[in-house]
Amino acid sequence: MRQVTAKPKALTNAPFHYCPGCTHGIIHRLLAETLDEFGLTENAIGIASVGCSVFAYDYFNCDMQQAAHGRAPAVATGIKRVRPQNFVFTYQGDGDLGSIGIGETIHAANRGENITIIFVNNAVYGMTGGQMAPTTLLGQKSSTTPTGRSIGEHGYPLPVSELLQALPGAAYVARTTVTSPSQIRITKRALAQAFQAQIQGRGLGLVEILSTCPVNWHMDPVEALTFINEEMVAQFPLGVFKDFDEEVARDGK
Amino acid sequence: MALQEKLTKTAALTGNEAAAQAMRQIHPDVVAAYPITPQTEIVQLYSTFVNDGIVHTEYVAVESEHSALSATIGAAAAGARSMTATSSNGLAYMWEMLYIAAGLRLPIVMPVVNRALSGPINIHCDHSDTMGARDAGWIQIYSENAQEMYDNLIQAVRIAENPDIMLPVMVTMDGFIISHGMENVELLPDRAVEEFIGEYRYPYALLDIENPRTIGPLTLQDFYFEHKRAQADAVVKAKTVILKVGEEYGQLTDRSYELIESYRMEDAEYALVVLGSTAGTAKYVIDELRQDGEKYGLVKIRVCRPFPAVRLGEVLSRVTAVGVMDRADSFSGEGGPIFAEVRAALYGVSHRPHCINYIYGLGGRDIGPDLIRSAALDIKSLKDGSESDSLVRYLGVRE
Repeated sequence: MRQVTAKPKALTNAPFHYCPGCTHGIIHRLLAETLDEFGLTENAIGIASVGCSVFAYDYFNCDMQQAAHGRAPAVATGIKRVRPQNFVFTYQGDGDLGSIGIGETIHAANRGENITIIFVNNAVYGMTGGQMAPTTLLGQKSSTTPTGRSIGEHGYPLPVSELLQALPGAAYVARTTVTSPSQIRITKRALAQAFQAQIQGRGLGLVEILSTCPVNWHMDPVEALTFINEEMVAQFPLGVFKDFDEEVARDGK
Repeated sequence: MALQEKLTKTAALTGNEAAAQAMRQIHPDVVAAYPITPQTEIVQLYSTFVNDGIVHTEYVAVESEHSALSATIGAAAAGARSMTATSSNGLAYMWEMLYIAAGLRLPIVMPVVNRALSGPINIHCDHSDTMGARDAGWIQIYSENAQEMYDNLIQAVRIAENPDIMLPVMVTMDGFIISHGMENVELLPDRAVEEFIGEYRYPYALLDIENPRTIGPLTLQDFYFEHKRAQADAVVKAKTVILKVGEEYGQLTDRSYELIESYRMEDAEYALVVLGSTAGTAKYVIDELRQDGEKYGLVKIRVCRPFPAVRLGEVLSRVTAVGVMDRADSFSGEGGPIFAEVRAALYGVSHRPHCINYIYGLGGRDIGPDLIRSAALDIKSLKDGSESDSLVRYLGVRE
């Protein structure tokens, strides 16, 4: 009998601790599949951040280092500079990357570090109990904005991909989601291209993946997917914001 | 809603809820905060009070602890009663600003929920976070339980804002053990807290266009030293103020507070020195030992900065041997921070007791009566022997 699917080698056998309906599991699998397909599972070094994905080191079958809150791109920079032959990735949420670690993210991108960032944006601080994040939508309720986020008090949702798009050192920037099989395939392709950016030494690759947090959003898993498709995508449009291939074509290299 | 119902005289509250209630009654003008386990609940509850219109506080959900304390410093310098709260790595991330808050003499009150520092990463209680910050120029008050956390926070406002002091105060409680444990807490009526702390009067607030001023300008060889000398002087003076405020609070509540708490020390031959929630467990152990006819007592350090060296000397000079319990290591090879300071405090007393260190409970490792009892019995062996063979002992660790 022909085997059509299997658990990626890049995933360990540890059961995920993620809540029902959370899309971290899908994203972990996509990242693991991509590591396997590029033959990088034995070569990769991952950085686990602070937040729900702190336990990523239990799930990925490669060397991992846990970084302090927000510091993952800086730690990845140090590792990649010492071991340029290794594939180095960070896995960060919006509390880690968009909030306390936005400085590290922008500067790693601006230096054109050859690292790959998987940025899981679920518009809320998941681990600490659903407080407002920089990416929380206007009007969205959170445990620190019980009546909804307002511009006057809390400012605007932070568009990370759009910010990084402006930086010459960022080689590949895309925003995707995993709310349907077709979107999952698009995310997989985006991860592959972000991997290529690092492999070809073109600079920083970042894939921002709009993700669910059903528990803190107080929604069931299906409602949460609908929320992404109807509300989050309106604020955070999907697409490729920066692609080195286009630049290569334009520069005639 | 549930919390509103709890605002009667006695309520079942977690340490975090008690701290949030104290903050609600203190009613600061500005709160800037960033979530970190196990402190998150304090500022989250406070943001709910803001949203519900129970308090009229400018609440800023900043992007990091560094910005949380920076915004609090800005607000305090601008003339507002300002607070934030944090834990562990959040406190470590504030490091630069801790010294600035103290150096600029800004009377900020900050609850700190004690949690081990990374790495490796850990979310449970030890005192390495605030012990590391003990020389930052802040007054430090440690709480044994949720009631003390509530009481200490209210007193801290008076201490910080005393015109002779004008220093920031961190009030600590043990992460999860106190912050997430529920107890009966006696709450003062809102009005009583309001009267006790009084109106905030910062003497140098921005913006006074008649007397424009700069806060925190460059001082070099010319004046920096004088600033630091004045700061050191204020810390010393704080002892008297802390005692006065503690006594006044006692008149209000029947719970008065000193720099240290002595427990069954009157005729004690042996003593344990502890701070934080372990003091509660240790008191139970002392009672047990007393029932067995053993003359043990306990000294709880409530105020760690200013360090109550003279009081400790007075109380401990009467005993034969002292076991100092540290929930942090200084990695100096000479024991934990409390041990080093208690031992130094005993240097000048006439009858110097033997003194030994027990480092325990790092990263939330449980500290039960059995372990405390083993440490207590251990110090008896110092009576005749030398203390030099093993000055620093680790309690409850796999070696």
